[in-house]
Amino acid sequence: MSRLGNLGARLYRGEVGYDFVGKRKIWYGISILITITAIVGLAVRGLNMGIEFSGGAVFNTPPTSVSATQAQRTAEDTSGHAAVVQKLGNKTLRVQVSELTTEQSRKTQEALAKKLDVPVNKINTDIVGPSWGDQIAKKAWTGLGIFMILVVIYLAIAFEWRMAVAALVALIHDLTITVGVYALVGFEVTPGTVIGLLTILGYSLYDTVVVFDGLKESSKDITKQTRFTYSEIANRSLNGTLVRSINTTVVALLPVAGLLFIGGGFLGAGMLNDISLALFVGLAAGAYSSIFIATPLVADLKERDPQMKALTKRVRARRAADAAKAEAGDASANAAGEDEDVQDAAAGVVGQRGEDAGRSRGRGGRPSGKRR
Amino acid sequence: MAAPKKGRRSPGGQGRPGRVLALILIAMVALTGGMFASGHTTPRLGIDLAGGTSFTLEAKNQPGRPNAINATNMNTAVGIIERRVNGLGVTEAEVQTQGDNHIIVNIPKGTDAKQARQQVGTTAQLGFRPVLTATAGVKTPEPVPGATGKDKGDKGKQDEKNGDKSKDDKSTGATTKPSGAPSPTASAKPQGRPVTDALKADEADATPGASASGKPDAKKDDKKAPTPTPAPGGDAAALQKKLDALDCSTKEGRAKANEAAAASAPTDMIAACRKDGQVKEILGPVAVEGTNVSGASAVFDTQQGKGWLVQLKFDSAGAKKFAQVTGQLATKQSPQNQFAIVLDGEVVSDPSVSTSIGGGSAEISGGFTQQSASELANVLSYGALPLSFDVVNETTVTAALGGEQLRAGLVAGAIGLFLVIVYLVAYYRGLALVALASLAVSAILTYTIMVLLGPAIGFALNLPAVCGAIVAIGITADSFIVYFERIRDEIREGRTLRPAVERGWPRARRTILVSDFVSFLAAAVLFVVTVGKVQGFAFTLGLTTLLDVVVVFFFTKPLMTILARRKFFASGHPWSGLDPARLGVRPPLRASRRRSAPVDPKEA
Repeated sequence: MSRLGNLGARLYRGEVGYDFVGKRKIWYGISILITITAIVGLAVRGLNMGIEFSGGAVFNTPPTSVSATQAQRTAEDTSGHAAVVQKLGNKTLRVQVSELTTEQSRKTQEALAKKLDVPVNKINTDIVGPSWGDQIAKKAWTGLGIFMILVVIYLAIAFEWRMAVAALVALIHDLTITVGVYALVGFEVTPGTVIGLLTILGYSLYDTVVVFDGLKESSKDITKQTRFTYSEIANRSLNGTLVRSINTTVVALLPVAGLLFIGGGFLGAGMLNDISLALFVGLAAGAYSSIFIATPLVADLKERDPQMKALTKRVRARRAADAAKAEAGDASANAAGEDEDVQDAAAGVVGQRGEDAGRSRGRGGRPSGKRR
Repeated sequence: MAAPKKGRRSPGGQGRPGRVLALILIAMVALTGGMFASGHTTPRLGIDLAGGTSFTLEAKNQPGRPNAINATNMNTAVGIIERRVNGLGVTEAEVQTQGDNHIIVNIPKGTDAKQARQQVGTTAQLGFRPVLTATAGVKTPEPVPGATGKDKGDKGKQDEKNGDKSKDDKSTGATTKPSGAPSPTASAKPQGRPVTDALKADEADATPGASASGKPDAKKDDKKAPTPTPAPGGDAAALQKKLDALDCSTKEGRAKANEAAAASAPTDMIAACRKDGQVKEILGPVAVEGTNVSGASAVFDTQQGKGWLVQLKFDSAGAKKFAQVTGQLATKQSPQNQFAIVLDGEVVSDPSVSTSIGGGSAEISGGFTQQSASELANVLSYGALPLSFDVVNETTVTAALGGEQLRAGLVAGAIGLFLVIVYLVAYYRGLALVALASLAVSAILTYTIMVLLGPAIGFALNLPAVCGAIVAIGITADSFIVYFERIRDEIREGRTLRPAVERGWPRARRTILVSDFVSFLAAAVLFVVTVGKVQGFAFTLGLTTLLDVVVVFFFTKPLMTILARRKFFASGHPWSGLDPARLGVRPPLRASRRRSAPVDPKEA
């Protein structure tokens, strides 16, 4: 913990740090690769839609001595459609028949009950009409659309449009990856999956927003100083909030992991499993994208802003001048001038305190942990 | 928001944390007290956790009547379906609209799902039937009804000779007579205003159970006995027997009667109970179908002082038929001048008629209260409801599986919570206590509110909602992390704990608000837009997000302020999680520089 705490402190001060923004092209590339894989997977393999979307029925029997084959035959004979029968732990059967009408499903339910010699209401049944899944999917899409519009508006107001755009890109990135995983692995898509996917919306953005909030704060008075470019500040802020991001992600993932463990290991299949699986993949993708995609993207967009371009130019000019001065051995003047500068800029740079700046400059003659 | 702002303005906000803490403690005690006072100590469980059957019905426009799916029609339909399902003797069945065009019917365990589905799935049958005989609703002891029964029996036998076929002839024959006379009355009405005194609802119907006594019934019987009954009917005797057997005074009896009556064809005569159980009647074939009603509404008549009344309108075919049948009935004596409004085999009202009512509109008045009038109007509207319903989803969960799922959900929650606690303790040490206390407060608030929302708005905890609550552990804990990291950052700046806690707060607060807002936005959009299980999940997520803000503002922050005064934390004990050395704080090198440390928390 103390090592971690120290790491946190050093990250915070910018003594160590990973150059997220500088190496963004690599991460963009990786993300594009993953996204393309996901899209290809989606196009080639398609999604394994659960019976909730195709219409049909799922029956969970009470513990029974009837074998899976027998149950399957009963279900297929009655319904006239292929049935999938799984034997779950504790001797229960899960019978799944797709593309049934509601009427056929009921007949199948009754036939199964008869076969198993139990009352009809002892069989857990989920009968879904063919239009119901469409409804869920349609409403989910509508919800997704509305949410995206609202959140972009909100972020544009609370932060700025560049951040809103970057957050949206990150969000789409997360969703695509999650859906892609489903397509590639062939997990069944159920309403639970849809719930999980939709929850990623809020969560993936939660992470992004935490990072952006730090970024906004550190770049507040950025134009009033000439020490750092926007990209550098963004990177520094990202490193400063890295511990926070990791912690929030871990803490968010832990309960979901609990759900996944219980849902997958204990119940076999069902709602808990579906929700948590989608959430787990989505949350992991969300944490990655808010650090590696969203912030570098903001920096990219920001650097196109004329003001920021001017700033970058000034910073470069100043560094050139400093370098020249340093070569001329005019070190003391440099230190003094810098100190004033820091006073201007300090509000804009997280934790950029006088002695830190002085020290780092003293140590390396350049902003620590930064490129160039 | 107001309180924390105030807190910030007051010097360091340090004078008030006790009060704020007291506030939230009071709120917790109040909620818990309210929970026990309400008599519910566990949340209402949804079908998937408690066991039972759940149907989702989708409304469809009937051909030729587009745009009929609206809130009014859906609510009427809910009312009707509720009547039917509860008519099965099911207690606690709940029927509610969901989204624009879905109705959810939840039937708790122990009910025959098949029977329930039949009730739910079939379309409602509303019809106007002439009343042939009426007797007291109880399954009467031999003497009195025995006598009337015999009378009726004789009468029935006489009628039997006429046979079924004469029925139609007779009724048409009867019609021609009065219809000539009353039609001028109808057309004479100024501006065709649908006011007709002709229809008088039975008083007993308007005030169920109160004024409806044996007296009027006896009177009816007296009158009926001497009247030569032109009642058409084949097996009137059998019907009479059935009527005698009916017991309308108990709920079960009525349910049985309604079921039997609903099962018979519109052209049959039926024996039916009136809704209040006071009267049972033999009714003729359906004279006017409910589908002929084009609208009904409850209005308050101020001009003629008739009080609450129900106006109803017929379409053209219905208007014709209605004029005919009322003309017929008007010539008869009580109870045969009454027609019964029958919904699913149950007589919901049986007003009497004194003239033929033409013009396609009528009015039922007499002793209505606002409630009874709108109830009747609702029933009548259902006949006019241009909607049909399809069962699009049906889920049956046995109590065993429900219990298992609930247990799995709780175990998953416990594991998740445990993992979070372990992580927090490992990383934040003493600070984890604050996080745990806050999580506990959040849990108590969530639980009590969920319990209270059960009776209040019919909130039922289902599996997705449990998932939402578990996921929310993470969201809530995230807020603490944001704040703790802020405080640590401030300490790294070289501050001591007390200023660090106060200076870190405004920034952490903004981050928490912004990110919780995004989370809440997602939940709100999902809740409004989606249906079914997704909605339950969205609700919990939204609720817990709101509570997260409440807890962080009113509990975590004041608690931090108080703890910052404790030596254990303030001195940076290694186990406090705030040890400056462990956080990597360097001793200040140049004291003069610290003065100029310019970070100013002026945002938000």
